[in-house]
Amino acid sequence: MTTQTQPQAADTTDAVTVRGVDKTFETRSGQVHALQSIDLTVSAGEFVSLIGPSGCGKSTLMRLIADLDQPTAGSVSVFGKTAKQARLDQDYGIAFQQAGLLPWRTVSANVGLPLELHGTSSRERTSRITELLDMVGLSDFSDRYPDQLSGGMQQRVAIARSLAEKPDLLLMDEPFGALDEMTRERMQTELVRICAETGAAVVFVTHSIPEAVYLSDRVVVMSPRPGRIQEIIPMALDRAPAAADGLREERAFFDMVTAVREALHTGSPVPSGPRGVENR
Amino acid sequence: MTAENLAPAIRRRPGAPARELARWGYGLLGILILAVVWELYKFLGPADGVVIGDARVLPRTSDLAMPHTWDMVARLFEPVTRSDTANPLWLEVALAAVVTLGIAAVGWLVGVVVGFALALVMQRWRLAEWGLLPWIILSQTVPLIAFAPVVRSWGSRIEIGAFEWQDWMSVAVIASYLAFFPIAVGALKGLQSPDIIHTELMHTYGVGWFTTLRKLRIPASVPYLLPALRLGAANAVVGAVVAEVSTGMQGGIGRILIQYAGQASGDPAKAWGPIFGSIVLGLAAAGSVAILGAILKNYRRVEITA
Repeated sequence: MTTQTQPQAADTTDAVTVRGVDKTFETRSGQVHALQSIDLTVSAGEFVSLIGPSGCGKSTLMRLIADLDQPTAGSVSVFGKTAKQARLDQDYGIAFQQAGLLPWRTVSANVGLPLELHGTSSRERTSRITELLDMVGLSDFSDRYPDQLSGGMQQRVAIARSLAEKPDLLLMDEPFGALDEMTRERMQTELVRICAETGAAVVFVTHSIPEAVYLSDRVVVMSPRPGRIQEIIPMALDRAPAAADGLREERAFFDMVTAVREALHTGSPVPSGPRGVENR
Repeated sequence: MTAENLAPAIRRRPGAPARELARWGYGLLGILILAVVWELYKFLGPADGVVIGDARVLPRTSDLAMPHTWDMVARLFEPVTRSDTANPLWLEVALAAVVTLGIAAVGWLVGVVVGFALALVMQRWRLAEWGLLPWIILSQTVPLIAFAPVVRSWGSRIEIGAFEWQDWMSVAVIASYLAFFPIAVGALKGLQSPDIIHTELMHTYGVGWFTTLRKLRIPASVPYLLPALRLGAANAVVGAVVAEVSTGMQGGIGRILIQYAGQASGDPAKAWGPIFGSIVLGLAAAGSVAILGAILKNYRRVEITA
């Protein structure tokens, strides 16, 4: 149904390497340590979630990788280049909590925006847009405007847009945060499928434990003030498309959720109760 | 892949025929009510008007001060003067209005260019915004009546080769002086309107200021720009009419406005012709911007966040 993007040269180079990164913001009330001595490596094709309470700097870390902010100390490299060079080379695609579609552009014009900005010929653009809309299941909506779409559909357009240039790295900052639970679960299933199809590495910011567990190869648990990496927990779930739907009801899934929860609560025992119910 | 059939129905945009008709109906009703109030007051009000202290707060009800509405309308279809070759009043007013409209349009265009250029400079450099905006606001406090003769006398000194400054150019400059202000302010607001998420998105695409301007800021400014352009058009008309009066330019509606007002003691209804003319003029100017709005309707969509 869609092209299989092989990560070129990414087999030898890690997607993201963060080394000894500090980030402090100057505010009126003094310095705020958003991040402190962060070390993180994301391999090519790996799905890594950043999770933690508000103010733990998970979004800041993603913004450093995207070169939307610069670290105060330490280094961030993306596919062996500086973050800035990677941004200019369009090595990553990005999606935010809000879809951020341009309201005056149709769905296909929104998806094609990055291609248009980088001078892709209009024929290539059309075929790529068709492909992407097919991938996110919005082929019938290509001529609609964003205000005619539901929130979930808008977010899917944004994801299609982030995939437009076949990036080997996807940066996602709570992309499903504004969606209702049902839409959210469906979008998660779709994201697993899309990642399998494209083979892209993903850095995914979230504050939902089940979401992180469901999607990730590794979950990075962060703690606030200053933002630090508390623990990195590898997930061992069978994410084959056939199994993906039932995954949320499996024993292993709940065990992983518990593991992440305990890490978030810094070792303090999680209050007993029905597991996996209060999970956001 | 689950097909999602939850798309909200396409929102109906205002402008469905029935609603459009109703809007015109309400407009006409407003005019009718105004005429009825006018006639009622003329019929019931005291002959000497309503005077509080030394101030007359409501006018005399004599035919001289308040001609009957039907007299004013009828006068439009009578000749301007008693001469046999005279045009009917409405034609004379219409010809003058066309002259003024043309000058106002030139003034409006100049105002659009200047206003938009100022907005661009202010958007590009924060410092320019701090430095320029107070002056732009201050510029509108200069009384037009004082300003008009200065423009005229400066203009009359300009002579480059075959080019000679014309009176109408002074009028256009003054019209543009009033028109540029709302456009500069509206365009600035519009250019600054994109959300951070959009400007950051453009940043991640690695494109520069100009591309961001072309693909993001200018399209995003349309909803702010359209009312500003409409206001600018109305201002240009007001500016042109006032400037015609204060520079003494012939041929426009400002001139006959003054001229007929001078004849009001003998022909009170005649003075209302150019007044109606200038109202229609303002409506026509603002209405032409509405056409622009219809062309750009896709840029007026607002994003609805989920």
